[in-house]
Amino acid sequence: MTTMQKLLQLPVNAVNIVKTVQSQVQGQEEDKSPVLTPDGGQQTWYNALQPDELRHLRSGGSGGGFGGGGGGGGGGDQEERAVLEEGGGSFQNQPLRHDDLKEMLDSNKDSLKLEAMKRIVAMVARGKNASDLFPAVVKNVACKNIEVKKLVYVYLVRYAEEQQDLALLSISTFQRGLKDPNQLIRASALRVLSSIRVTIIVPIMMLAIKEAASDMSPYVRKTAAHAIPKLYSLDPEQKDQLIEVIEKLLADKTTLVAGSVVMAFEEVCPERIDLIHKNYRKLCNLLIDVEEWGQVVIINMLTRYARTQFLNPNINESLLEEGGEKTFYGSEEDEDEDDEDKDKKAEVATMAKRKPYVMDPDHRLLLRNTKPLLQSRNAAVVMAVAQLYFHLAPKAEVGVIAKALVRLLRSHSEVQYVVLQNVATMTIKRRGMFEPYLKSFYIRSTDPTQIKVLKLEVLTNLANETNISTILREFQTYIKSMDKDFVAATIQAIGRCATNIGEVRDTCLNGLVQLLSNRDELVVAESVVVIKKLLQMQPEKHSDIIKHMAKLIDNIQVPMARASILWLIGEYCEHVPKISPDVLRKMAKSFTNEEDIVKLQIINLAAKLYLTNSKQTKLLTQYVLNLAKYDQNYDIRDRARFIRQLIVPTEKSGALSKYAKKLFLALKPAPVLESPFKDRDHFQLGSLSHLLNAKAGGYQELPDWPEAAPDPSVRNVEVPEWTKCSSREKRKEKKVEKPFYSDSEGESGPTESADSESDSANGSESVSGSEVSGSGSESEESEEGSESEEEEEEEDEEKDKKKKKKELKKKPVQESESEQSSEEEEEERKHERKSKPRKSDSETESGDEEESESESSQSESDESESEAEVKKKKKAAQSKPPAKPVKTDGKKEKKEMSLLDLDDFEPAPSPQVTPVNSFLSSSLVTDLEGLSLSDSVLSPATIAPSSALKSYELLHRITGEGLSVEYCFSRQPFSPDANMVAVQIQFTNNATSDTKNLHMEDVKLQSGMRVKEFPEIELLPAGETTTAVMGIDFCDSTQAANFQLCTHTRKFFVSIQPPVGELMRPIFLTENEFKKEQGQLMGMNEITERLTLDVKCRNEHTIVQRVTTAANLSRVPCGSDKECSPPVPPPPPDHPVHRFAGRTVTSSSLVLVTVATKEEGAAQLTVNCEKMVIGTMLVKDILQALTQ
Amino acid sequence: MIHSLFLINHTGDIFLEKHWKSVISRGVCDYFLEVKEKAVEPENVPPVLQTPHHYLISIYRDKLFFLSVIQTEVPPLFVIEFLHRVADTFQDYFGECSESIIKDNVVTVYELLEEMLDNGFPLATESNILKEMIKPPTILRSVVNTLTGSSNVGDKLPTGQLSNIPWRRAAVKYTNNEAYFDVIEEIDAILDKSGMTVFAEIQGVIEACTRLSGMPDLTLSFMNPRLLDDVSFHPCVRFKRWESERVLSFIPPDGNFTLMTYHVSSQNLVAIPVYVKQNISFFETGSCGRLDITIGPKQTMGKMVEGLMVTVHMPKAVLSVNLTASQGNYTYDLATKVLVWDIGKLNPQKPPNLRGTLSVQSGAPRPEENPALDIKLKIQQLAISGLKVNRLDMYGEKYKPFKGVKYMTKAGKFQVRT
Repeated sequence: MTTMQKLLQLPVNAVNIVKTVQSQVQGQEEDKSPVLTPDGGQQTWYNALQPDELRHLRSGGSGGGFGGGGGGGGGGDQEERAVLEEGGGSFQNQPLRHDDLKEMLDSNKDSLKLEAMKRIVAMVARGKNASDLFPAVVKNVACKNIEVKKLVYVYLVRYAEEQQDLALLSISTFQRGLKDPNQLIRASALRVLSSIRVTIIVPIMMLAIKEAASDMSPYVRKTAAHAIPKLYSLDPEQKDQLIEVIEKLLADKTTLVAGSVVMAFEEVCPERIDLIHKNYRKLCNLLIDVEEWGQVVIINMLTRYARTQFLNPNINESLLEEGGEKTFYGSEEDEDEDDEDKDKKAEVATMAKRKPYVMDPDHRLLLRNTKPLLQSRNAAVVMAVAQLYFHLAPKAEVGVIAKALVRLLRSHSEVQYVVLQNVATMTIKRRGMFEPYLKSFYIRSTDPTQIKVLKLEVLTNLANETNISTILREFQTYIKSMDKDFVAATIQAIGRCATNIGEVRDTCLNGLVQLLSNRDELVVAESVVVIKKLLQMQPEKHSDIIKHMAKLIDNIQVPMARASILWLIGEYCEHVPKISPDVLRKMAKSFTNEEDIVKLQIINLAAKLYLTNSKQTKLLTQYVLNLAKYDQNYDIRDRARFIRQLIVPTEKSGALSKYAKKLFLALKPAPVLESPFKDRDHFQLGSLSHLLNAKAGGYQELPDWPEAAPDPSVRNVEVPEWTKCSSREKRKEKKVEKPFYSDSEGESGPTESADSESDSANGSESVSGSEVSGSGSESEESEEGSESEEEEEEEDEEKDKKKKKKELKKKPVQESESEQSSEEEEEERKHERKSKPRKSDSETESGDEEESESESSQSESDESESEAEVKKKKKAAQSKPPAKPVKTDGKKEKKEMSLLDLDDFEPAPSPQVTPVNSFLSSSLVTDLEGLSLSDSVLSPATIAPSSALKSYELLHRITGEGLSVEYCFSRQPFSPDANMVAVQIQFTNNATSDTKNLHMEDVKLQSGMRVKEFPEIELLPAGETTTAVMGIDFCDSTQAANFQLCTHTRKFFVSIQPPVGELMRPIFLTENEFKKEQGQLMGMNEITERLTLDVKCRNEHTIVQRVTTAANLSRVPCGSDKECSPPVPPPPPDHPVHRFAGRTVTSSSLVLVTVATKEEGAAQLTVNCEKMVIGTMLVKDILQALTQ
Repeated sequence: MIHSLFLINHTGDIFLEKHWKSVISRGVCDYFLEVKEKAVEPENVPPVLQTPHHYLISIYRDKLFFLSVIQTEVPPLFVIEFLHRVADTFQDYFGECSESIIKDNVVTVYELLEEMLDNGFPLATESNILKEMIKPPTILRSVVNTLTGSSNVGDKLPTGQLSNIPWRRAAVKYTNNEAYFDVIEEIDAILDKSGMTVFAEIQGVIEACTRLSGMPDLTLSFMNPRLLDDVSFHPCVRFKRWESERVLSFIPPDGNFTLMTYHVSSQNLVAIPVYVKQNISFFETGSCGRLDITIGPKQTMGKMVEGLMVTVHMPKAVLSVNLTASQGNYTYDLATKVLVWDIGKLNPQKPPNLRGTLSVQSGAPRPEENPALDIKLKIQQLAISGLKVNRLDMYGEKYKPFKGVKYMTKAGKFQVRT
């Protein structure tokens, strides 16, 4: 294609070129017909291609020639010459050609202008000077042809700085362009205007930017954001005004603007972190929809932000870990260091007690919303998220980035280079993270050298007792490489492994000694240097190696290696008393021919031998010192003089000579072989500064964590006025801008549940100070994932078929639904605003509350008991702050209660108690809830048997020979494993004798199900009753769990079968969220039944109660019913709609239940659930509950 | 961010420069050229260099250096990734990315660069958007343009810029609606001397080509998605759906794109399709050596192994080779010391063999290391990991598209140590 194209393009360009020649020769007559008819044109071209003219063309037109393809390959050198000669201005053809271009630009044919502009741009691209065309080009700035216009812009931006006065001529055009109805023209006018670096127009630019910042079109606003740093670099005086614009644009809701404005923020005012507060949550939520480049900038900025606003999530662990690591390595650890560790630990423990760490929900939000971006195709985004996690995440969660980073190693070698640098730094701090990927760092002989060296670095950092043998075997193959630099690096790496891991020191040393007989001198030299360092650690064991090395001195020529051997012999001369004088003799002989470093070491060797064995070496030493005295190098002369004064006793010698022995033969500390990447992590990872290990211009230091968290309420957002606006148009626009793919309801996603689980793990960790690791909860999480997959796969097939059918039918319904919900959203916001001040109160309170809570489990149990009472009495809870609100609350009560609810941390499920509509509070609740539930597990006894719960018989008194067992579903989260349903078992011993060793055995389960057994009950005295809690993962099915209940004498076969309603846990959803989720679960996933309500069951209270008894769901607060604003006509108050939400325990599928009441007890029950089986069964159960 | 861009060919000529802020003299490239001179291979030039006033970040693609000049702190990967995106865009527009093609299309290149960056910050990098702004050169269009004087530059803001799906053009129309997916897997492996697997993993990529009218919403599901250990997606893929259901749900860009890349965990045993028996040895005396390589099928799942090729980077001391191949041809490049044995199809009955002698420079020491063998191969109609596409559904449009899935397995970085 390309050659064809060239052929076809040639004529025209050629014609123009030829024309320039011809017009010069023949006068001006031709300029009216610039574009010849194709055949005619070609004719002229080929005819005109005479050798002399071609020469003419070349010398003059080389710059523009290749613009159309004419220049081609040959012009390279000539081009360069042309550039040089231009400076002198003596070029004959230059003005001619430029004149000609000017002429073309002046013509009124667009095609001619275009051609001229193309050639000029080609000159610019080559870096040739085209500045004298400026007046002619600028005239065309108002050209109608958009391509000409664009090329003129390109030219203008390039040369305006040099020709400021002329550039001003174009300004009015841009000012006109700024008012153009076409947004592209507005934007590009602003782009060019701001790119012209002419200081006079700063006020105009400022004005234009301000105007564009409130443009209708987000694209123009984006351009305005881009223009801000341009203006700032032109005139830093404008900073304050620009910050105002930035502040305004930061509040922009579109994804298009977000990235650009944060970039402007970073360039203009990175220190104004306070501007971010109000936009923080919005940025987090928008992030996934922002274009990739914007994501990188935003993530990097948020990392810094988070470092200033949140507490260190590893505040307790980091200290512990340090201590732990040390003891782990600890082959040669000093006692006092241990003590220090203990001190530290003690300190930590006290700290932990003093200040339990709770992650700020905003901190969690950031981590959660960046995590999916690890899957980005853009390496820069992945790296940005990785560094964010590395710097901000709790230790247990950092691991997720390893996989993504390893993936990047498959990318271009430049990407590999940068990623490996960062991995090398990470492996020092968090080695365990990359250990599973050890083999991904194995080196191929085809890797570029710098990659090889970096991989080696990583492998060395990853080495530990368990994998060292594999790594060393791998190193062995590297040593044979042809790339000698790489071999040298490998030997260094072996040395480092040997110093770090005591067990393999001898092996490494032996291996290195074998390398001494290598034929490559570089290898030998490097080995000598490394062996020297290793021997220094335990010289007495290795005198034979020293001997061996002494022999090598005859053959090795590399100065560094010779110097190392000499130093070694001198240092340990007492281990090789016979050889050392001989070596000195040899060296004395060759002294004059040695390199300087070797000479210095010879002098050192001589001095040491003189001190230890003066009888044999006195003369030799004198000789060497004499030679050194006349050396060319002053260092050596100085050293010789200095040593002579020290060691040779003369009457003049000072007091120091007495200490000569101590000076020279002092025990030298063994060198520590450290990674060059140690301590690099004080630079933000992924940054240029980190890569260079030096601060680059404009680098923003990553601040240390604050001691105490700044006020989190600064991030609360006031709802801006415009949301109140109810005009149709506005609303529409807003809908367009709504993120398309983002899970704007981040809290309801399946990831969310997992996150909050790990939260809880962390919470418990910090509170109890024990090592309940978050990684445990992670593995559970993954298990959960795989299980749910299995199920889904089965269902997929039929779902797909049916979905298709329903899809079309359901469309319109869905749409209307969403419209409605968006309207309601606005109202929701209003509410939110109203409740705002109260909410922030409750937040601050919650902190204190929870501390006291964790301390006293006693009061907790009291509370839960009282709760049970409350349930029985079915009292509204708002009057009793300590009591847990009951599911049967009326709507109004809920609304008011919300503030107190946050303080409520009882082990019982609490999500449904917080009808605060904002994101923040709900996630805060989940976090805190997690905290509390882990407490409850530590003391299962605190769970009060709730009479409201239905009990089922597991073992009858008669079959059980006096032992009767009942179980009920306590509806508490089962904290050892959040995927399990907690089953509370009550044992009653009705027999006359004691029952001992109550435990369970021989569990028979359907595949996928799991059971966590209750702890063995050692003794159940006659007549006593006790309870225990076990967890069963039913895998979201109603299959029974069969097992044997054993006492010290008997075994009973029993089985537990859950009603479907117990397979879920309540979640908190706002009404809007509920509707949104419901909208996504239409079709096959929706089951609707009509029913007539039981006579006793017509009031709201009873309905709610019956539904929540039948299924472990939480009521969705529907406050809007009461306070609805006009647009949505509220349903008549006597026919309310009740909504309930939950998630299945194992797979976290949403379960949404709606009961819409109608006249005379008629009602409609709707269940939306991804799992159709569950949905169907649930409908049946609820139906029964409501109609009985 | 990115201040200037220089394109430099492999001999060190700067043939294009573009500045997004004030002009930086091309003299800044001298630092780079100096380092480049020193490096033996162009690949060995470090991608990030520091000069007294600037930082130079470069990539090497298709024998060209893309050198960007940076003045302040910026994530290096950001620049590297962007430069690769520039190279990809050239590839996409002109079919290849070489010095001559860039020179031929210098105006288009310049217009592209102008659109891609504003003040050094990426503005539009989606190929679908760029193509609406600046039409790629085609034969027909260049003829028409020269005759009518119409331009290659659009005067409307591409709709993609404003929408939430910037990767797709609006109002796409095709008479034949089709969607093709190529599942391509590469085996990365290191085998040791005895043929044991030191390390093996599978890297897969799904390349898609969709020519569908309107705004189709596609859902691609796999039979066995759990095989996939790690994935990365084109921005069009809805991550949430993948998280919850393990299906790929997306509104595709128009034309060719990479839908996803994945990694099959190395815990799963990777089937190595061929075995390699080799013996390369150099004698202590007589300045010669012997080479004997045999390749045979191992786990090919009944499919034909094609495009088999063995590349050996011989030690510098090897002067010439005298070999006989039972199948295919071999070449030995005396300058680069690279032996290439092009086998073609693998015959399971008669495993191809290459044997003969190597002559070593007399007097030179016996080469320490035996050279590693790099193996290339291709297996059609097979994804070695066993990944299978289950079904592709389309929502949102009424027509029935033509759908196709193709599988292929290739050797990636497949190296045999000797």
